[in-house]
Amino acid sequence: MALTLMKGSEAIAEAAIRAGARFFFGYPITPQTEIPEYMSERMPEVGGCFLQAESEVAAINMVYGAAGTGARVITSSSSPGVSLKQEGISYCAGAQLPCVILNVMRGGPGLGNIQASQGDYFQGVKGGGNGDYHLLTYAPSSVQEAIDIMMFAFDKAEKYRMPVLFLADGIIAQMMEPVEMPEMVDYKVDPEKKPWACTGWKPGDDPAKRGVINSIFIDTESLSEHNEVLQEQYRLAKANEQMWECYKTEDAEFIITAFGTVARIGKTVVDQMRAEGHKVGLFRPITVWPYPYDALKAACCAPQVKGILDVEVNEGQMLEDVKLAVEGQKPIEFFGHFGSQFPTTGEIRNKILEMKEAM
Amino acid sequence: MAVVFERTKMLTDKQFHYCPGCNHGIIHRLVAESIDELIQEGKLEAGNVMGVAPVGCSVFAYDYFNCDMYEAAHGRAPAVATGAKRARPGTLVFTYQGDGDLASIGTAEIVHAAHRGEKIVTIFVNNAIYGMTGGQMAPTTLVGQKTTTSPHGRDEAWCGAPIKMSEMLSEVPGSYYIERCAVNTNANILKTKKAIKKAFQYQLEGKGFCMIEVLSTCPTNWGLSPVEAMKWLEENMIPYYPLGVKKDKGAE
Repeated sequence: MALTLMKGSEAIAEAAIRAGARFFFGYPITPQTEIPEYMSERMPEVGGCFLQAESEVAAINMVYGAAGTGARVITSSSSPGVSLKQEGISYCAGAQLPCVILNVMRGGPGLGNIQASQGDYFQGVKGGGNGDYHLLTYAPSSVQEAIDIMMFAFDKAEKYRMPVLFLADGIIAQMMEPVEMPEMVDYKVDPEKKPWACTGWKPGDDPAKRGVINSIFIDTESLSEHNEVLQEQYRLAKANEQMWECYKTEDAEFIITAFGTVARIGKTVVDQMRAEGHKVGLFRPITVWPYPYDALKAACCAPQVKGILDVEVNEGQMLEDVKLAVEGQKPIEFFGHFGSQFPTTGEIRNKILEMKEAM
Repeated sequence: MAVVFERTKMLTDKQFHYCPGCNHGIIHRLVAESIDELIQEGKLEAGNVMGVAPVGCSVFAYDYFNCDMYEAAHGRAPAVATGAKRARPGTLVFTYQGDGDLASIGTAEIVHAAHRGEKIVTIFVNNAIYGMTGGQMAPTTLVGQKTTTSPHGRDEAWCGAPIKMSEMLSEVPGSYYIERCAVNTNANILKTKKAIKKAFQYQLEGKGFCMIEVLSTCPTNWGLSPVEAMKWLEENMIPYYPLGVKKDKGAE
């Protein structure tokens, strides 16, 4: 299939449509406004619905309403807007509603700036809303990878009945890359496959099949049981859905850990330093929840590894998960910037050389 | 033997949790009977009904209305209903909300649902107080009314005069039909049912946003007996919140 040059935000939006999404509810915010703009033109062409909500709060609740009918629904926003969605995301998780949420991360906290950032890692993977819940969270590092993940994101959301979050930094949405766009999936709501959905129950039908989209379980026993149902799904997701990439780690003495666009900078560093004779590799989680702890440990705690350098565009949020995986077995350093400043290959290289010299 | 009366099929068998003298029970039945009648009259297909319950005293309404139901976050019912209605445009969609839910935390969602002319019906139950949390001041609490967060009576200079949602929403271009009712007398109960059914009919005809505000008592949190509460509603609430049609584009 021919490659097409596409802007990330438009490619991700088109992929969502091809994956069967027919409902988009959102609100403009830089740097992801091209997604609602694209959806406003494209959704009507495929018989879908684009609706500009009055706020991100309303948008995620419209997602709750539409996803409750079994439809494939998506919303997108950027960091401050995703903060506003947290209430609704927690309700979607509590009500076990499959849906897809895109966070095109920009700098924070508060209004921050409008450039790319990775500052919402904690919010995304450690729970931004209230209660014991998780989101199946993907951190793509290229436009093509974002497309490929989108093509199965709804299937995963439906399999585990949980929202899927794309934790993409602003660069993914703003850059143009040659991509291969998959064929359109023919998705139709099947009430048999989604017996929990509001698909037309009437008095006289099996009472157990009445659609009740709900996150309140007022007595302690039933809330406990409900949480156990959620936890079982999380256990299954942890067992089956971890994704990661090891890049030249087999013989690496120094391993860079990074996610999203930063991992691509890291790969360039690996290649440059290997050309100079340094054995450097890179470990990149693709799912940041569930986090591939075992895979990271296997790569980073191999006998020849002398040190690990975690690189992020934040104050070291994923660093905590790297440390959890490594369990103190290897030295870990951090390099990062705030305020949407992306690390250069030279900065990362110098940091690794410093680590090497210090040993 | 001929059946002359039976419980509406649009309510489940679940026993209401409402306090003695609360008006939610009456209003629930009016909503359910109206839907049931539209089905009996062949205007609505059974199964094509979705309701959205709020946060507040009627938070468990999803257990009472015998159709597909949602339980929404506080104030967000109109946004949830918007998503549901857009996804299944052929269904009758209603929200059932109290005054804390609709007139305070959910003002953005209700105003914009009306503004978009969303083809939903909102049943707005106004009892001038937060019931579920135990009697705090609402935006609809009357001036001078004592609540647990206005222990000396609502002070207009400090927290404003009570908000009139029906009047406000009737000014929004997208609203189609807005009426304020009460269930304090048999005649008013019948008027309320007529209004609710008319709103549903407008929705089935594809008209815009409709809201029926129903003034209601809260004997528990007002600290009055059910009979005294009804009298208080007549003497205090109705004069401030006048009953009647605020807007009806269908009658223009």
